[in-house]
Amino acid sequence: MTIRDRRPGSAALVLFPLVALLALAAVPPGARADEPKFRIGVVTFLSGAAAGPFGVPARNAAEVLVEAINAGKVPGPYAKPGFGGRQVEVVFLDEAGGTTKQVSEFRDLVQRQKVDAVIGYISSGDCLAVAPVAEELKALTVFFDCGTPRIFEDASYKYVFRASSHAAMDNIAAAFYVTEILPGAKKIAGINQNYAWGQDSWTDFETSMKVLKPGVEVTTSQMPKLLAGQYGAEISALMAGSPDVIHSSFWGGDLDAFVLQAVPRGALKKSTAVLTCGETATHKLAGQIPDGTVIGARGPHGAYAPDVELNRWFRAVYQDRFVLYPNYPAYHMAQAFLGLKAAYEKAQGGGAAAPTLDQIIAAFQGLTFETPSGTIRMALGKGHQAVEGTVYGQAKTVDGKLTYVNVRQYPADKVNPPEGVKSADWIKSGFKATK
Amino acid sequence: MSTILAVLVDGVIYASWLFIIAAGLTIVYGVMRILNMAHGSLYALGAYAAASLAGAWLRAGFAPVGSYAMLVAAAVVVGLVVGPLIERGLLRHLYGRDEVVLVLVTYALFLILEDAVKLVWGVESYFITEPYGLLGTVELGPLSYPVYSGALVVAALVVGVALRFGIYGTRYGKLLIAVIHDREVSAALGINVNRVYLVTFALGTTLAALGGALTAPTVSVVPGMGVEVIVLAFAVVVIGGLGSMPGAALGALIVGLVRSAAVHFFPQVELFSIYLVMALVLAFRPRGLFVAAEARKI
Repeated sequence: MTIRDRRPGSAALVLFPLVALLALAAVPPGARADEPKFRIGVVTFLSGAAAGPFGVPARNAAEVLVEAINAGKVPGPYAKPGFGGRQVEVVFLDEAGGTTKQVSEFRDLVQRQKVDAVIGYISSGDCLAVAPVAEELKALTVFFDCGTPRIFEDASYKYVFRASSHAAMDNIAAAFYVTEILPGAKKIAGINQNYAWGQDSWTDFETSMKVLKPGVEVTTSQMPKLLAGQYGAEISALMAGSPDVIHSSFWGGDLDAFVLQAVPRGALKKSTAVLTCGETATHKLAGQIPDGTVIGARGPHGAYAPDVELNRWFRAVYQDRFVLYPNYPAYHMAQAFLGLKAAYEKAQGGGAAAPTLDQIIAAFQGLTFETPSGTIRMALGKGHQAVEGTVYGQAKTVDGKLTYVNVRQYPADKVNPPEGVKSADWIKSGFKATK
Repeated sequence: MSTILAVLVDGVIYASWLFIIAAGLTIVYGVMRILNMAHGSLYALGAYAAASLAGAWLRAGFAPVGSYAMLVAAAVVVGLVVGPLIERGLLRHLYGRDEVVLVLVTYALFLILEDAVKLVWGVESYFITEPYGLLGTVELGPLSYPVYSGALVVAALVVGVALRFGIYGTRYGKLLIAVIHDREVSAALGINVNRVYLVTFALGTTLAALGGALTAPTVSVVPGMGVEVIVLAFAVVVIGGLGSMPGAALGALIVGLVRSAAVHFFPQVELFSIYLVMALVLAFRPRGLFVAAEARKI
């Protein structure tokens, strides 16, 4: 994919200091100089193909959350305004542009804009590139949506956290679901994007299926290029093998295009599709998704979110402003903000003084906190990687409205490896290895 | 046997899609010597226009069959409005410059158009799915194909035959050939070269937009959709020979069949199969398959 660099032009260079000066002048006289705002850099796709289904819903979630947090309107344990009484301010940044650009933008956020923390990144590539830099700059960083398990499985970080589950869970749970709901499935096939996300997703699903159902046959594994858009030949190749199940971790425009091209050809009727990121497509393609398609939301998000006060509140405030319901990237964003707020306030220990960075980190490690998706535990990666349960269900259109049947919940421990065990090793051990 | 048939059918469908896009790129290069990097944006623009126009048509409750006419109309509107605007407003000031300068200019145009699309349509995805399923499907052995894909093949044939006839069978085409061979002499002979350029660029733009418009029903129309296309179209015209219409047709067919065979037999190499073919062709025919020896001006 060719990705453009979007540096501010000379006009922006002139305007930026001007705006900064004006912003400084605009500080209300009542604000105490010794209590500056807690500044958070929020990085998410605001342009490119991932903006519509991922980046923008995530930014929308950040917007409503920051307003509610500052006003002290978040229900449950989050009633204290701001972060422990300190107002929160966000700086939004576009994730488009590739890893090199993201690393330099990250340095800029931390060193020049002096944010107190960064919440961000949808792309696994960006997370992998930013993590060591965050460590080098000693910058508190919370990843909100990227999926690769490698971040905390291949390295160990002090300043980096991830407030949502990694992707191994999605594919392990998908394999459990298939063996439970479709016990007759003997032949599987896959279509995944040809980069880290798609390859890891397929490997985890394929290995899990082979462990759970020895003798299962793989008819084909298609790996088209990211953003290919035309899947005619791939769909033929999938159909030719008559698989019982077609696994796909497609997302965004690729997922939409695949569904649109496969449905008229009957490919998703003859085989049951398992779409691990399917939830983001259900908001606009509801009428196209065949009954029986297995839909994942990368955790208990969206339609699968639990009926708890925080979720009812989150859905209401989000829908109130943006009409659509929040999708799973929006839920992931909420998890990152609420996790950071919970850590900050725990570090304060009930007092009013601002905690130090080390105190926030110590409080965040191993933290258990409430979110619209339920309770999250920072249980892996030495307390830096969240685990949550997940949910799968099958689509069923009733009176033109998409509903879910055969909904199964998987508790976090069943579909996430234990601390210290790599996902791939855990799957190969038959989900038994305990370090 | 059925796999071979599937490879052929999938390959021809993909080739047709590629040819419509590559034909526009080829004609603009052939006549104007401009390697138009903005071709991908014009493709995207066609898709957006088609989604908007056909979407409005269907929402207004008109006959769904009319949505096909709307797809083509959208391409023509983009071609007739945006094409001349770019040619008259920007490119005509740059004729005679080095080809590389024009590549940079059209790349800048590509970036501007991508953002312009975002300004008009935002970053949300657009859908116009009805035309894809409306014509039903045909069964070929264990596989079924939408009739729409067949229509795409027909559209590519119509474009190919019309271009062939237009260039070799009409007076205007003969003027075009004269301009291709020598711009200055053509101008001296009284050919209105500026008008030939205007018409050519509008035609190239229409073909790019037609590619986008015919693709719109099969995808979600999203920002950035033109990026992939420009890379593929370049591969096709480079294989065929820059500026050669039969070359574009053969290049599209080769790329379509090779990619389709890779998908069916060796999915793990699909990603680079097209570039492998391109490298092989260029190793033996550095200027592509169909480029005739060219007299060099001294």
